[in-house]
Amino acid sequence: MSQAELAVDPHTGVMEERPFAIPSSKLVMWLFIISDAVTFGAILFAYGYVRNASPDWPTPFESASIWNALLMTFILVTSSLTILIAVKAAQDDDRARAFRWTMVTAVLGLMFTALHLREWIDLIGKGVRTFQNPWGAPLFGATFFSITGLHMAHVIGGVVALIAVGLIYRAGRYGAKHIEILSLYWHFVDVVWMFVVPLVYLMNMKR
Amino acid sequence: MNAEEKSNGMTATYIVYVVILAIAVFQVLFAMMAGPQPMLMLLLAFLQASLAVNHFMHLKQERPSLFFALIPYTLFVLFMMNMIWSDSFRLLHMRTLAK
Repeated sequence: MSQAELAVDPHTGVMEERPFAIPSSKLVMWLFIISDAVTFGAILFAYGYVRNASPDWPTPFESASIWNALLMTFILVTSSLTILIAVKAAQDDDRARAFRWTMVTAVLGLMFTALHLREWIDLIGKGVRTFQNPWGAPLFGATFFSITGLHMAHVIGGVVALIAVGLIYRAGRYGAKHIEILSLYWHFVDVVWMFVVPLVYLMNMKR
Repeated sequence: MNAEEKSNGMTATYIVYVVILAIAVFQVLFAMMAGPQPMLMLLLAFLQASLAVNHFMHLKQERPSLFFALIPYTLFVLFMMNMIWSDSFRLLHMRTLAK
């Protein structure tokens, strides 16, 4: 067993095996991701039940919105690739390259947010509010804005974290481990979007 | 590690990236042509998510104990949430014993 797989018990000073052989900070990120997945699961289930219980549920998304959602998917999945390139560069101790790709990921996150805000502004312009809309079930706006808003808040939080961790990493105070742990969060944001697109956009496509 | 080895390390990642995007395009085209099928859409989303979790988040490369500590319990909680939401919805209408 390598030294990296051991942790010192702060009370006894005895070296013991790390749980799951990963750093505790990485385990904490995994636990956060799991709890966040349940949070998103809860609001998506709630949306599903409200949608099924409403016979006049609106289906307002025209093909332009659907292509916009596909473009957002492309940007977010590409940002997952760029953060992986950053992690790889950090593991190879190429700090300049790792920082550059971390910032590319942050820019892609901002592009995703801009496209999302454009979608919001378009819907608000059509008269959609949290508890009213011109088409039918009034809760459509509440569910749409809460699901996509929570996701967008995660993206914005991720962008701030990418910039902060990237800058600290470049200054030499963080290591590859920090970029890798942040990348887990960023991939999780991507995974959530994979469920939002079919459930929120494709299921509510105008036909 | 030379450039060739670095490139090899990312090959699987690039393939997974293309597959995830291809599934997303298929989802959209299928929904546009045949209308959205909820179960198929969810199945494809689960496929995308499992590819991302295993290959992007490298869960596949961790110890199996980490996978078994995280994933089955999460799925169980989500499944149970789905089962009990219907009851909470009946509570909303004050018809707790309604069939």
